[in-house]
Parts: sequence; C-alpha cells; structure tokens
Amino acid sequence: MAKQHYLDFEHPISELQARIDELTELHNGVDQLDVSDELKKLRRKLADLNKSIYSKLTPWQIALVARHPQRPYTLDYIGGMFTEFVELHGDRGFSDDRAIVGGFARFDGKSCVVIGHQKGRDTKEKVARNWGMPRPEGYRKALRLMKLADKFSLPIFTFVDTPGAYPGVDAEERGQSEAIGRNLFEMAQMRVPIIVTVIGEGGSGGALAIAVGDTTVMLQYSTYSVISPEGCASILWKSAERASEAAESLAITAPRLKALGLIDHVVAEPSGGAHRDPVGMVQNLKPLLAAELTRLSELSPSERLQQRRARLAAYGAVKVAA
Amino acid sequence: MSWLEKIIPAVKGDTVGKRGVPEGLWLKCPNCDSVLYTEDVEKNQHVCMKCSYHMRIGARTRLNGLLDESGRKEIGAEVTPVDSLKFKDSKKYPDRLKQATEATGETDALVVMQGAIEKVPAVVACFEFEFMGGSMGSVVGERFARGVDAAIKAKCGFVSVAASGGARMQEGLASLMQMAKTNARLAELAEKKLPYISILTDPTMGGVSASFAFVGDVVIAEPGALVGFAGPRVIEQTVREKLPDGFQRAEFLLEKGAIDMIVDRREMRATLARLLSAMRS
Repeated sequence: MAKQHYLDFEHPISELQARIDELTELHNGVDQLDVSDELKKLRRKLADLNKSIYSKLTPWQIALVARHPQRPYTLDYIGGMFTEFVELHGDRGFSDDRAIVGGFARFDGKSCVVIGHQKGRDTKEKVARNWGMPRPEGYRKALRLMKLADKFSLPIFTFVDTPGAYPGVDAEERGQSEAIGRNLFEMAQMRVPIIVTVIGEGGSGGALAIAVGDTTVMLQYSTYSVISPEGCASILWKSAERASEAAESLAITAPRLKALGLIDHVVAEPSGGAHRDPVGMVQNLKPLLAAELTRLSELSPSERLQQRRARLAAYGAVKVAA
Repeated sequence: MSWLEKIIPAVKGDTVGKRGVPEGLWLKCPNCDSVLYTEDVEKNQHVCMKCSYHMRIGARTRLNGLLDESGRKEIGAEVTPVDSLKFKDSKKYPDRLKQATEATGETDALVVMQGAIEKVPAVVACFEFEFMGGSMGSVVGERFARGVDAAIKAKCGFVSVAASGGARMQEGLASLMQMAKTNARLAELAEKKLPYISILTDPTMGGVSASFAFVGDVVIAEPGALVGFAGPRVIEQTVREKLPDGFQRAEFLLEKGAIDMIVDRREMRATLARLLSAMRS
C-alpha cells in the first residue's frame, strides 16, 4: 500500500501510526521480543484517536478531507461498484476532456451509464486530468452520454468531485457557461433516473453541471458549495487565510446540507475517512444507491420527471407575502 | 469595496438606476468622458450620444424602455429574502439586504413584469445590478420561476435581461441550486414550444452566465457587455498571463459563435418584438 498521506490535524494519528509501524517491524525482526500486547493496546488507541479526531472535524477540516490526495476517485467507485465498464470518449466537436470520465457499465447486473469528474493521482495524471476541472468539452461529453442513456432507457449514475469548472481562456472561448447551462437544462428533461453522488469536492457550477437529478447522495466528508471557502474568503475578507471561517459560514458539509433540505442522503465514511478504507466505503455506499435505483425505477418516466422538477422548484428559502 | 468589484473591475461609478440617477444636470460618459446633458442621456436610454457607450441601467428603467406602457403587471414582488444560513462576514446578510434595498428601492435583484412589447405579449425578467451585484439567490430564482410560469399560463414568450456577478454567496448552496431551478423551469417553457430570449448586459458572470443566460432560443448581447463564466481576474490568476483585448466582451462572444447577435439598446424593443413574433407560427 502506498504511503499514507496525513493532513495537518491528523498529526497525532500519524505519530501513533509511526510508533505502531516501528514496533511491528521490531516484532517481525526479533522473534524473542514479544510486543504483541503493546501493539494491541496501541492499535486500540489509534482507533480511538481516529474516532475522536474525526468526530469533531470543523467544516474546513472536512473540506481538506474531501480533497485528500488519497481519497477514492470516480474510477475507484466505478471499479468497486460496477462491472463491465466501457469508457467512451470525446464530445464529437473538439476533444476528449479527461477531467470527466464516463461510459456504459452494469450495476447489480443492470445496464446503466456512469459519469463522473476524475482527478489524477500522480503529477502526470493530474495534469492530464486538469485536477478534475473540466472544460466545456467535458460537459458536452457528459451530455452526449446522458443522451445515450435517455435513448436506451438506462439509469444514469453521476459522481461529483471537482474544485470547479476550469477558469481558463480556452474554456471561455469555447463556451464554458453555455456548456454548464445546457447540461442543467437537459438534465431537467431526461426521462431516466439520475442518481447523483458527491464523493469529494462539489465545486460550484462545475459540479452542478452533472449533478441535477432525482436524488443527491453525499459522502460524510464530502463538500458541496457555491464557491470554494478560499474563494469566498478572498472576496469577503480579502484574505484566503480566512477560509476556515468561510467554510463555516457557507454551510458546505453533508449533514448541514441535509438539514437544509438541499441534499437527500448522507453516507457514513469508514473511520478516518474513505481513503483509509475504500472497500469499506463502497460497502457503505452501494446498498443506498441500489435502494435509490429501485425506488426511482418503480416510477413512470413522467412521474419521475414531475418529482425531479418539484424538488428543483423547492430549492431555496424565501418569504412569500399572502 | 463589495465582493463584486473584486471580480469585476470598475463596477462602480457608471450605473444609472432608479435612485442612482445623477442629481446633476450634466453627467460624464464613463467611456469617452464627454460631458452630456442628463435629460438627453435619459431620452437616449442611457447610451452615450457621442460614443454609443451603453451605461448600466436599473431594472425598472430597463423595463420602462422595453414594455408597452399599458397592461403591465409585476410578478413575484410578494417573494422576499430570508437569511436561512445566518450568514455573517464583515456584515450580517440582513444588513446587506437592507442596505441594498435603501440604495435601489428593490427588495431583491430581479424584477419581473408581464406585459407586451410592441403589442406582442411577453414576460420580461430583469436584473437589478445595484442590488448586491445582481447576485442570484432564492428570491431571484423564485421570481424567475414565477415569471416563466406566467408566460406558460399566458402562452407567451419569456425574456430575461441579465446583469449579475453570479450566485449569491450569502445563501450558500441554495443559491447554486437556483441555477438548476431556473433552467428546469425553462425546460418546461421549451416543452410548450414557447420562445425564450436571453439578453446579456454588462456584466453577466458566474452562476447566472452558466445557467439560463445561454440556453435562450435566441441569445442577444448589448454592445461591449462583459459576459463570461469566470471573472477576468480569476482567469488571469489561473493562466498567469495578460488576457487578450476585448476578451469576454459581446463582440468576442459573437465572433466565437456564442451568441446570435449584438443589439443596440435603442433597437432592442423593436428587435424583441420582431423575434417574438417570428417564433410564433
């Protein structure tokens, strides 16, 4: 397994883990030395420490977990929950944007279309996938695949994990706004079930462009926000340093958004976050997606569309005078 | 400095709104510095007589210029904002709202009016940029939706006039969701085969640009309007190079094929009437 990457607030965890690793090595190297009791004790302590640190994460710390470099990405979930994935490429107009992946797959044996933002692991892949920030052609590829799903009456699963749509000259030239707006417009008309899961960063319009659906699921330590905490802080306080305050104000965490009625489900992550136990994460997530698919499949397309639109219409809080 | 000025340079100082109408008899064109007689500028729909610069105007001034005088009815005025996040930065959100209301006379950043344009029935939704940078929160989304509903009910066209810095941060994710909400309602309008014309004015950015602004059956921009997804400063910081001249301006968008046409404000009413009738068989 790759070396574990620790976030700043995880220091006590990393220190304890280092001690455990050291002892384990010693234990393996010298037969006579019996440290198994000590190891057991330390491991229990580690579990407790994980639990206690992770039980009181601030919204900003959660934002950091959501961006953890070892967090499972879309292709990890596709590998873990789907079979027979056939990746399809390109928007047919300009290029293939690798910040978005998608294609046909099977979920519990049933054919479906799966689409998601994709970040890279190493530097080379990060560049190729543009840190998960799509350009217009990425959204247009996603729309092309959604239209395929609609044509063949296949449910759509989307996985959201992006810092945002790419803010670049070329993206503007090719109509970033139009591409995002078009997807929102079209997704409100798809006659097949659309199941959205926010697995990491739900960054603004760039996230929403594949996130209009019948149900929105968020992993416990994922975030979904109109603007990044840093962006918000630099605008409101003229200082990105105050991102932690902004994260608090913006209400970007799954439980808070559930309470506000803006998302539908929160899925618990394994102790210490999804990246500590990707298999456990998939085990937590898959039954919910299966249940949502069953529930949505029982509705007729027009009932589903009506419910989706009613959900969208209800978003937001206003006062209405009699 | 408001958050919007940070994204869009030189936002202030060239807007003429309901209460923003300069007190003086004379005003200076923000573009060519010509000193102009205020009354003449008003008669000319706040377009500079010397250089044709389109000054920013308030929502009601705009609606007055577009709609026929008789038979107007405001839609959605009963919908007003709430502070569901208890959002606080240097100022509390309710205080910002209060301040914006005092400055503009409006209760939020969108004014919707049903009426007719040269006798062609239409519903027009118009942004008030001076109200918190025309930012889109729950009220803007709900008024927009009610406007589209009214168009569907009256079987007429819907026109939006955008002038916005994007989503309203103070309402958090709910403001992002207004992008989906407005476009879902436009999808219903489209299913009824009713026309939607989107007018982009200076500036149209972020979440407003990336939702209903570009899904019009016809998309029109005013001359010189700044329109884009990301603000020029954000892009400059990302690409670390100077942006080309005219980048994200209406003329640039036309050249890139992003919009159908650029229309002078003084021709807008006639153009809308013609387009709206063209889209009815």
